Amino acid sequence: MPDLGLNIIFKGKNFARLLGGLGVALRISLIAVAISIPLGLILGILMTRKNPILKAILRLYLDFIRIMPQMVLLFLVFFGTTRSFGWNLSGENAAIIVFSLWGTAEMGDLVRGALIAIPRHQYESAQSLGLSPAQTQIYIIIPQTVRRLLPLSINLITRMIKTTSLVLMIGVVEVIKVAQQIIEANRMKTPNGAFGVYLFVFILYFLACWPISMAARYLEKKWR
Amino acid sequence: MGKEDIEDIKEEGQQDGGQAMLSVEHLVKRFGTETILDDISFRVNPGEVLVIVGPSGCGKSTLLRCINALEDVQGGKILLNGLPVAEGGRKSPSVGTKIGMVFQSYDLFPHLNVIDNITLAPCKVLKKKRFLVEAEARELLKRVGLEGKEKSYPRELSGGQKQRVAIVRAMCMHPEILLLDEITAALDPEMVREVLEVVLDLARQGMTMLIVTHEMSFARAIATKVMMISDGHVVEEGTPEEFFTAPKTARARQFLNTFTYESVR
Repeated sequence: MPDLGLNIIFKGKNFARLLGGLGVALRISLIAVAISIPLGLILGILMTRKNPILKAILRLYLDFIRIMPQMVLLFLVFFGTTRSFGWNLSGENAAIIVFSLWGTAEMGDLVRGALIAIPRHQYESAQSLGLSPAQTQIYIIIPQTVRRLLPLSINLITRMIKTTSLVLMIGVVEVIKVAQQIIEANRMKTPNGAFGVYLFVFILYFLACWPISMAARYLEKKWR
Repeated sequence: MGKEDIEDIKEEGQQDGGQAMLSVEHLVKRFGTETILDDISFRVNPGEVLVIVGPSGCGKSTLLRCINALEDVQGGKILLNGLPVAEGGRKSPSVGTKIGMVFQSYDLFPHLNVIDNITLAPCKVLKKKRFLVEAEARELLKRVGLEGKEKSYPRELSGGQKQRVAIVRAMCMHPEILLLDEITAALDPEMVREVLEVVLDLARQGMTMLIVTHEMSFARAIATKVMMISDGHVVEEGTPEEFFTAPKTARARQFLNTFTYESVR
């Protein structure tokens, strides 16, 4: 069996360092998620309004953020603002800003989609039964929107966790950066370390995202 | 009030057909510049079943939607027991619950099971006790052959079963009049039968109904009065016998001919 260099994972504090790196990645994504969800809800509701100017502005924001590679956004916020505006953002804060901007746009689009996907006859049959507009929202529209939305927003969370691997490019020491450092440090003694360490990182990401996507699948099935 | 005044009122009442439950007077409905319904007038007395027929796009469904205050109207009046059905663009709260409606598209609430679909409005709108409504709902479900489906979700039911639930849901609000808008148009023939049996049963119990349908043999069996609409006008009105055997207008004859086929052999 070829040497996979798995032994370095357990050498010294390597194991704890890798877990710490994953912690940084999860912290960035979860803070960004916590900001994105409420802002995304507001954005999505605003996007279903009829006002054409508001619609155009929000559409522009959404397309701009979604079409641009997240890495360019990270560089823009981290390096760009330092020189141009003199902001001294830490890598982590810059990452949280970028992922919140991105998450809000994605979440907003999901909310908009869920809202417009409610067929008109749901409103009409509620009205036919004599439900007031408020009762229609509370008992009919909101429960259906949440059911459509929850699995999709959980998927968004896993996407955000995965995409945080980009923040190593602006100097944040997250799990992949830690892995690189460990591989570098052991280059002489364990030249095959790359496979073992990255395999371990792969498993860590899997363990972080898998339960979340299982939850999404479960909810999707339950609320089909 | 003098004696003459009372006589006047009596006479007026008789002109109005006395106890008309629903009266539609000179109804006009436009979408933009297009006139969908042009000066429609008719009345429905308690226990009557009025079947409205006509070619697709003639305005039959729009008429039912106007009566249920789902559409605003551009002219005329729609009165239920003498009171307007709409108030400020919405169904009037006092009159609203007295009109029940079942649509062509299955309109059950997908996130609620059968019993919750039925009991929601009676509990929340009429503020009835849940156990009372539930008992009644179970009774009605049994009657339409859906015993044991109380906990099923709409997605687990066939189209015919969904429509029967929709009828039970409307009936649990105890409407005075029930509007059925092409409720079998999206169903397979066998399911059409099971749904129409339920409607026939309601008619036997004396339910006042307004039915839009393309099922001519059903229309003939259930109607106390048939009304044909074409291009937004009432073309012909009469008893089912008159309408189906000896239609007076050429337009009605032409329409009825579309349902029969000449043998090619």
